[in-house]
Amino acid sequence: MVQHKGLSRTLTTVLIYAILAIISLACLLPLINVLAVSFSSNGYATAGLVKLWPRGFTLGPYEFVLNKPEFLRSMGVSLQRVLYGVSLNMLLTVLIAYPLAKEASQFRMRTAYAWFFVFTTLFAGGLIPSYILVLKLHLIDNLAALVLPGAVPVFNVILLLNFFRSLPKEMSEAAYIDGAGHWQTLWKVYIPLSAPALATITLFSIVGHWNEWFNGLIYMNTPNHYPLSSYLQTVVVNRDLNSLNLTQELQILQNLSDRTVKAAQIFLGALPVLIVYPFLQRYFMTGIVMGSVKE
Amino acid sequence: MNRLFRLKEMPLHVMLLPGVLFVLLFAYGPMVGIVIAFQKFSPTKGLFGSEWIGFDNFTYVFGLPNTLNVIRNTIVIAVMKMVGGIVFPVMMALLLNEIRARFYKRFVQTIIYLPHFLSWVILSGILWDVLSPSSGIVNDMVGWLGFEKINFLGNENWFPFVLTGTDIWKEFGFGTIVYLAALTGINPALYEAAVIDGASRWQQTWKITLPGLAPIIILLTTLSLGNVLNAGFEQVFNLYGPVVYSTGDILDTYVYRLGLVDFQFGVATAIGLFKSAVSLVLISCSYLLAYRLANYRIF
Repeated sequence: MVQHKGLSRTLTTVLIYAILAIISLACLLPLINVLAVSFSSNGYATAGLVKLWPRGFTLGPYEFVLNKPEFLRSMGVSLQRVLYGVSLNMLLTVLIAYPLAKEASQFRMRTAYAWFFVFTTLFAGGLIPSYILVLKLHLIDNLAALVLPGAVPVFNVILLLNFFRSLPKEMSEAAYIDGAGHWQTLWKVYIPLSAPALATITLFSIVGHWNEWFNGLIYMNTPNHYPLSSYLQTVVVNRDLNSLNLTQELQILQNLSDRTVKAAQIFLGALPVLIVYPFLQRYFMTGIVMGSVKE
Repeated sequence: MNRLFRLKEMPLHVMLLPGVLFVLLFAYGPMVGIVIAFQKFSPTKGLFGSEWIGFDNFTYVFGLPNTLNVIRNTIVIAVMKMVGGIVFPVMMALLLNEIRARFYKRFVQTIIYLPHFLSWVILSGILWDVLSPSSGIVNDMVGWLGFEKINFLGNENWFPFVLTGTDIWKEFGFGTIVYLAALTGINPALYEAAVIDGASRWQQTWKITLPGLAPIIILLTTLSLGNVLNAGFEQVFNLYGPVVYSTGDILDTYVYRLGLVDFQFGVATAIGLFKSAVSLVLISCSYLLAYRLANYRIF
């Protein structure tokens, strides 16, 4: 009897492990398939013979993509955007989260300010008015159009302010007794203590700017100014050939097939996120949980 | 101490100033621009020079044959995603909760969180490839199972389900995080007592774990009610095409095409305003409900 119970328990365990393995595989298979296609030769890829391992292994698609001026240019735009966008995001997030983390008894306007920011997550002017605003500010075709409108990431502010609130009050009281003002307390007490939360939010911001493609698409008139994500959107998703410089590329494409080149571009576009991901994963578990689960 | 421990407030205002200015311009600025919905707007004449036409844009857009269909699509797709977005993460968290091997649990988590961080552009590129009727691996499997190949992205009957399925694929893993965090709060003594009383593993899950998750499930369900008109612009925009407009066109893509493709700024703003106004009411209600039910506060 006891033995039987133990057996069924083991069977259930094996079953659960197997189900989880299948689910993980289902998550990963599409990514692996596209990766395999990107390393395969034209014939196998177009015939649909590539499954989970490259066939007719070649680096041709990558060579082609990495020599493509549009691809390199848009990657440059993306890097610039991440640099400026993330710096601005982090500066403003810290500067807003600190005052809002104060109790209303210490900062009387706190609740009014908090609603001022939070309301923007509940209601927005919408696509057209935002577009007209950027147009009227003459920011079309300007990198600033990709950085300034999203300068204040309100959700990150909320995460950080909840983290700030979880820090022991004795710390800032001690700093106060030692004669520190608000700026010093923020700089010397809050920021060093918040390293994990700040790291998480920085990574969120990096991934957010790298991935964002729609603003690039509508605010940049000339494809020269597209960040990589917007460029990829036009080549990988929109199946029109307008953006291709046909004369030279057709020849090369005949040997490479559209499919392998697309796959290579998808993978290269995802690569920075894949590189950042292990760090992100290590931090966000603690960061998010600490920020969002409140007493 | 309390009275003494009170620094000047001025530096706090100074800290907030840059953020306030940015938000004022780029978030509240467009809210002023909503007046476009009541104008025959032309960009050259601007906000103050354009002709005022009252509710004409609204009567026009609600008179268009597609509009009601688009609203219906939006709600259908959003509700299917909401249900899937709660059921699957809960089931996944329950499964992961049964795993004792730390390494394996970690491994599964690492894989299932990943798609959340990839953009819909990347994932759509992948989906166009794997769902292709001619060369995609998904249709290979459909073929092995003995069915006819399915044109997932080009068939209007399939399209809403493909949207729901792929949205779950992207987000279900990340969605488990909250539930896994809630699971750590369940008192282990409850399980010990249950084992002594002879409860099976299934009974433990059903009678202890699931009720332990109930508050957070209710909270997240309530909060998600505000999203009834959010069917996921980025996903739909990258996966749809004219063939599937009848079931796949949603409010956000409709606004985009009316406004930035056809340049009917007033009309597009009007239908966009309809969406944001209804959403504001829904979100306010859901937050209020969450506050009443679970004492939930945003900040």
